[in-house]
Amino acid sequence: METRKVYVEVDAHFGSDGRLFPTAITWEDGRHFEIDRVLDARRAASLKAGGVGTRYRIRILGKERYLWYEGPGWFVEAPALSAGG
Amino acid sequence: MERVVLHCDMNNFYASVECLYQPKLRGRPVAVAGDVEQRHGIVLAKNYEAKRFGVATGNPLWMAKQLCPEIIFVPPHFDRYLQFSALAREIYSDYTDQVESFGLDECWLDVSGSTHLLGDGRTIADELRRRIKYELGITASVGVSFNKIFAKLGSDLKKPDATTVITRDNYRDVVWPLPMSDLLYVGPATARKLQSYAIHTIGDLALAHTDFLRGLLGKIGLMLWSFANGHDASAVTNAGVHPVIKSVGNSTTTPKDLVSDDDVKITLFILCESVAERLREQNFQCDTVQISMRYVDLWSCERQLKLDFPICNSESLFQAAFHLYQKHRLPDKAIRSLGVRACGLSLAENIQISFLPEISCAQRQDDLEHAVDDIRRRFGHFIIQRGIALTDHALSHLDPKADHVIHPVGFLK
Repeated sequence: METRKVYVEVDAHFGSDGRLFPTAITWEDGRHFEIDRVLDARRAASLKAGGVGTRYRIRILGKERYLWYEGPGWFVEAPALSAGG
Repeated sequence: MERVVLHCDMNNFYASVECLYQPKLRGRPVAVAGDVEQRHGIVLAKNYEAKRFGVATGNPLWMAKQLCPEIIFVPPHFDRYLQFSALAREIYSDYTDQVESFGLDECWLDVSGSTHLLGDGRTIADELRRRIKYELGITASVGVSFNKIFAKLGSDLKKPDATTVITRDNYRDVVWPLPMSDLLYVGPATARKLQSYAIHTIGDLALAHTDFLRGLLGKIGLMLWSFANGHDASAVTNAGVHPVIKSVGNSTTTPKDLVSDDDVKITLFILCESVAERLREQNFQCDTVQISMRYVDLWSCERQLKLDFPICNSESLFQAAFHLYQKHRLPDKAIRSLGVRACGLSLAENIQISFLPEISCAQRQDDLEHAVDDIRRRFGHFIIQRGIALTDHALSHLDPKADHVIHPVGFLK
C-alpha cells in the first residue's frame, strides 16, 4: 500500500525539564483530535513515509498511531489518497 | 590489553539518505548527481541497484546513463548528509568517547573500555548496526579488529549491513589473500610499483623484506608493511579533538571555461577572499600560496610560491596567486577549475607594527578586510563585493566559504 507523508498541525507541551509532548493534532481536513496518551518516544526512521526524527507512539480514540517530530514540523504516515483517503 | 577498534561505514551514504526520503526510489537504480548546468555533472554516489550496472562514483552522467538507461538522478542535499552524520556520531558516543570521523560516512570507534560493560566487539558492532538501521533508516557495515587498518578493511569485506571480525588468529586467512590495493595508502601508482615485483596481495606485502620495501617506496614502504602485519598502533582520537590545521584552501569548477585573464581574476578573487576569511577566522596567517589549475582537457597542475612575509588578506593572496597563474599558465588553453591554498600557517599574534612600507600596507589591508568580514557577518556575504565581481554574474555568484562545508580528510595526521 502506498504511503503519504502528511505534515499535521500539533499542539504540544514543553515540560520544565525540556521534554516535549504532543497533546493534540489537527488533521489536514481540519478535524481535531486530542491525544489520550503518549506511550513511547524515541528516535526512529520512517521507512514508509521517508523521514527521521523523534517518533511518538500515541493513543487517539483508543487507537495507537505513530507521530514524528522532524526538525521544525510534525508528520504522520497516512495511506495514499487513491486508496480511499 | 588488546584494543577493540570498530570501523563503521554507512553503505552508499548519499544514495541511502536520498532513498530514505523518497521511498518510491527504493529498489530502482539511483545516483546522486552533481548539477550539469554548473558543470558538476558526475555521479557523487550510487545505490546497489545502479552499481550492478557498473555505474561508479565519479562517472560523468552521460556514461552512467549509457551503462544504465533507467537510472534516476537525484540532486544532492548536503545539509541532510551532515545531519545524518551528526546523528550517527551521537549514536557512537553512547558507546565510547573515542570517535574519529573519516569523512562524513565513516568513523572509527575505540570501544576497548566499554567491552566489560556492553559485551565484546561483535556484540557492540551488531547493536550499532541495529540502531543505525532503526533510528536513521539506513544500513552500515562494521569492521571489528585490534587496529584501525584492519577494522577499516573489515568494514569493506561484507556489505551491506554486516559485521566482520578480524582477530589476531584469523587475520592471516582473512586479510592476507586480499589484493594489496585494498589497503589504505596503496593507490594506483604504489600498486603498479609493487605489482612489478610480484607483490599482489596484502600477504605478499606482509612477507616482503622491510629493507626492500624501504628501498622501493621509502618510509611509506615501512608503514605499509606494518599495516599489512597488523602492527598499526595509531590511536582513535577523542571525539572533541580537532585536528591541527595545516593549510586552508578552496577550489571550484566554474560554470563556464575561463578563457580570459579577467575570468581567472574574478574566480581567483572569490577563492582568495574565502581562503583569507577562513584564515582570519582561525587567527592564522600564511607564508606560502599554492594554486591548482585544471584545463578543459582535464590536465592539471599545482604551483606554489613562498611569500616575503606572512599575510592573511585576500589582496596579497590574490597578487601571489595571479602571479603564479601568469607565470605557469598554458597559452591558448581554457581553464575548467581553479584552486587556491594557503600553507605555512602561523598564529597571527603579537604582530609588530612595521616601518617597512609594504608590510604596513598589508597590515592596513588586513584591518580593512576585518571590517569587511564584520559587514558580511551582519548583513550577508553578497552585501559587499569587489567591483570586478559585478562584471560577470555567472562566475562571481559563488560563496565558497558557506557552500563548501565538507572537508577532505587523511589518515596520517
